[in-house]
Amino acid sequence: MSLATEELDRFDTTERVVHWVTAVLLLTLLGTGFALYAGPLSTLVGRRELVKTVHVIAGLALPVPLVIALLLPRRGRALRADVRRIDRFDAEDRRWLRRRTHRRARTGKFNAGQKLNASFLVAAGIALLGTGVIMRWPDPWSVDLRTGATFVHDWFAIGVLLAVAGHIVFALRDPDALGGMLRGRVPARWARKEHPRWYEEMTGRPADKLAPARKPESRAGSPR
Amino acid sequence: MEPATPSPATSPSPPAPPTGAPVGRRVVLGLVGLGVLGVVTGARIQDFLERTIGPVVAKDGTGFSALLPFGRFRIYTVTGSLPRRSAEDWSLKVHGLVDAPLRISFDELRAMEPTSLTKDFQCVTGWRVSDVQWRGVRLADLLDRAGVQDRAQAVRFTSFDGAYTESLSLEQARRRDVIVAYEMEGDALSTAHGGPVRLYVAPMYGYKSIKWLDGIELTDRVIPGYWEERGYDVDAWIGMSNGRDDAGV
Repeated sequence: MSLATEELDRFDTTERVVHWVTAVLLLTLLGTGFALYAGPLSTLVGRRELVKTVHVIAGLALPVPLVIALLLPRRGRALRADVRRIDRFDAEDRRWLRRRTHRRARTGKFNAGQKLNASFLVAAGIALLGTGVIMRWPDPWSVDLRTGATFVHDWFAIGVLLAVAGHIVFALRDPDALGGMLRGRVPARWARKEHPRWYEEMTGRPADKLAPARKPESRAGSPR
Repeated sequence: MEPATPSPATSPSPPAPPTGAPVGRRVVLGLVGLGVLGVVTGARIQDFLERTIGPVVAKDGTGFSALLPFGRFRIYTVTGSLPRRSAEDWSLKVHGLVDAPLRISFDELRAMEPTSLTKDFQCVTGWRVSDVQWRGVRLADLLDRAGVQDRAQAVRFTSFDGAYTESLSLEQARRRDVIVAYEMEGDALSTAHGGPVRLYVAPMYGYKSIKWLDGIELTDRVIPGYWEERGYDVDAWIGMSNGRDDAGV
């Protein structure tokens, strides 16, 4: 197979199903959440109860696909392996995060930005679920804790909105990466360029030998 | 680091467990911890934001800062849903220890002498909306119209949500900054904000300003309202009750 057409398996069916079900739930949450938040001052009031019900149900459902998939003995294997990759940061990830060395970082299956984004979204999901439960069932909590829950819910939601917007922009700018989540496979040449260590792991071939000789990097320190 | 095991022919076996520091789980635990801290301290941070940035936001005309999470109304109901009643279907009963019990329609209320106030709305949970324009009728005018009997000492308010109640002493009820409001910010009062008609008790925390008002009853003593049965102060002066020290309105 020539490198031009060769493809590598990136995400299995389980991972893609989890991704897209979660995406639908998350977009629902962002949409209904924004309507609840900004709605009373505009015209959405009429449907407020329905919007609230949808928001609560989608919120409670959000972790379900991921948790179920993680528990699947066989079909959850690839997902669990990716979770372990995302958890670990090595020297290359630190290089990726530093502006000066960013371009020279040899990333594995996920770059440090993807890892941090994933970790942030998991944490935000937990925080939003917990504070959302306090907001939806407020009776056992003191006024201060309810106010605190609303405060945390607001700011984590803004964070998630920004992270998801960034995620979508990056995906749309990189059709090969997007294809990985749509079809499960990515072009080998894309992997070699964007995720060289993962390319090596998958093919057993060195990534750099085939790559064009690296130019003496004068732009390495310039703003990206 | 794992050396790239050269086994190109076989399908890639699960690689050795990734090495490196477990930064991912640290980020998760750290942020969740931050979230817990935020729940515990958020009320005070929110107070601070309402006091410092809230007034600025209220005066910003671009509309963007209106989306920021302070200086804005939060909609609470004590029942499951927003109670809805059109102005045509709405009426207000003034009864109890009065000479002439009344039932006033929305049009009749609008026909009374209007009064306008521009004052803050301060919630006991900390948020504050600056300079809200209210328009309605002085509560005192309604009481006079029904004729308060000498035995009456207090006023009890009911809501057509079927659950919420509030109370004021007669002296408090006669203040000039206590109005039965039907407009907010120049528009008809929306359902979320308690429309078609709500009470606005400017000098007290928001829970006194009962939404979806449909009944005013003169009583011989103060009957504590919904939240007061649940521990809130009956005399809810802003900055002088409920253990809070907000600036007065």
